[in-house]
Amino acid sequence: MFDRVSLLSRPHLSRRRLLWLGAGAGAFGVIGAGPAAAVLRIDITQGNVQPMPIALPDFIAAAPAESEVARNVTGVIAGNLRRSGLFAPIDPAAYLEKIVNSDAVPRFADWRTINAQALVTGRLTRQNDGRLKAEFRLWDVFAAQQLTGQQYFTTADNWRRIAHIISDAIYERLTGEKGYFDSRVVFVDETGPKDRRVKRLAIMDQDGAGVRYLTRGDDLVLTPRFNPSTQEITYMSYGQSDPRVFLLNIETGQREIVGNFPGMTFAPRFSPDGQRVIMSLQQGGNSNLFVMDLRSRATTRLTDTAAIDTSPSYSPDGARICFESDRGGRQQIYVMAAQGGPAQRISFGDGSYSTPVWSPRGDYIAFTRQAGGQFAIGIMKPDGSGERVLTEGYHNEGPSFAPNGRVLMFFRDPGNGPSLYTVDITGRNEQKVPTPAFASDPAWSPLLS
Amino acid sequence: MTNVRQIVRGAKLAVILVAALALSACANKPAEDAQASAAGAASPGSQQDFVVNVGDRVFFETDITELSAQGRGTLDKQAQWLTNYSQYNFTIEGHADERGTREYNIALGARRAQAVRDYLVSRGIQANRMRTISYGKERPVAVCNDISCWSQNRRAVTVLSASS
Repeated sequence: MFDRVSLLSRPHLSRRRLLWLGAGAGAFGVIGAGPAAAVLRIDITQGNVQPMPIALPDFIAAAPAESEVARNVTGVIAGNLRRSGLFAPIDPAAYLEKIVNSDAVPRFADWRTINAQALVTGRLTRQNDGRLKAEFRLWDVFAAQQLTGQQYFTTADNWRRIAHIISDAIYERLTGEKGYFDSRVVFVDETGPKDRRVKRLAIMDQDGAGVRYLTRGDDLVLTPRFNPSTQEITYMSYGQSDPRVFLLNIETGQREIVGNFPGMTFAPRFSPDGQRVIMSLQQGGNSNLFVMDLRSRATTRLTDTAAIDTSPSYSPDGARICFESDRGGRQQIYVMAAQGGPAQRISFGDGSYSTPVWSPRGDYIAFTRQAGGQFAIGIMKPDGSGERVLTEGYHNEGPSFAPNGRVLMFFRDPGNGPSLYTVDITGRNEQKVPTPAFASDPAWSPLLS
Repeated sequence: MTNVRQIVRGAKLAVILVAALALSACANKPAEDAQASAAGAASPGSQQDFVVNVGDRVFFETDITELSAQGRGTLDKQAQWLTNYSQYNFTIEGHADERGTREYNIALGARRAQAVRDYLVSRGIQANRMRTISYGKERPVAVCNDISCWSQNRRAVTVLSASS
């Protein structure tokens, strides 16, 4: 099981900006800092943005042995950009110019003719030490200039991460926002009939590639969530005795119970600094919030109500917590200081609100809203204003933010079994995430690098 | 009601006997085992007796954790039986239907199990014989996608441990 773990280790990755080569070298110098960004830019804060036509000819393979990986890298980049909803990769059959030298300036007129606004060219070269060198350049077709260019070195089996990192560089240059493609998702893989479901923890790239299983399915496992380091997850597991919150080191496979609580613990989540786990403890008919410091092992009670307080999630600065509680009758979302104390209700719409999760940007709290037999995924500001439903139906649940806070992943179970979906925070772009079997409880990692 | 139940019980016993006889016609050794287990299933004080003749589960309304009148009736019978057969320890499993979010349903199932536990304690059953666990919406018994199934899944089940 753990011979796969080496794939998860941080790759030996180095990057530096490519030196500008060849004609057109003046472009950066002439335009200088700042104005270049105004040339080609997607404003992703608008809900009705037209996807930007982008051309992605296959990266050049420096030797025939690299032609397959060159094609694959290009395909992964195109897939990432297409799924974001912000880019429309152009059918390669339409390309007029065949890129044969990624150091040469492209014939911009040829790319203008097919309406490409952006063009990505690149090359893969096998180094003498066996490593792969990946270079790419992003061109503004209409301004006839290079927007960015970088190169990366990595082991050959790491080509997928290179593709994700290049995708992020393109996204960042063209939107002005951090990307989210070089990230992973931990989720619960589900197989077997509904009344005898086998659940396993699994991890994959955010695009669904490279699925690896972290547990065997002997024990029921639920709600995995990443540590900010991305090397560890916390989750709930039913073993031989009471259900408990566990930690699992993804690299070593080492597993431990969090704390020594006198009852069932569930709904765990890491603090933003990774030093604490917050969770619910069941005591009689009530569940209250507790936090455990992972270094001192000290536990602190945060709520003490005759209610169901659960699904806690920290604000990115670690100062506040959002959680759900039925203390007012139905489940609603509350916000309080990370040390506990008075809590302020922030959800007031129809129905009940649950599974709040704070955006890594801090600007929104995402939730599941249940009303009239329907389950919506939505967002609201941390003060409860600006509520927006992104998708609604039967049965959506459990949003998790991408590292840049612009996209959510959640699961949808129409009754026969759950699948994973993404939706951007405008609600405009919904995409199914491919998984080998039924899948639920997705949790997005921070950026890996 | 009582008459009907006795008839049903008699019919079940008859079926078990027929099954045992049919098996005994095939081979001797397995037939003895089959007869032994059939007799065990029917015998008062057995786990089968508890499930079939007392009722091992109570049901709840949507998003409700209070016991219904019918549920209290079932638990009164459970308490009587558990008093008579004090050799059993048991686990109360709380469950929710699928129309709720996962973590809330875990807490909801726990509260249902607690309601049963509190009721049995109020009927004189020792708390140290009981353990509670919640499975939330993770262990449905009925798998269709409508109200007929959801109502069966909102339940608390009293599961006997092997007699000590």
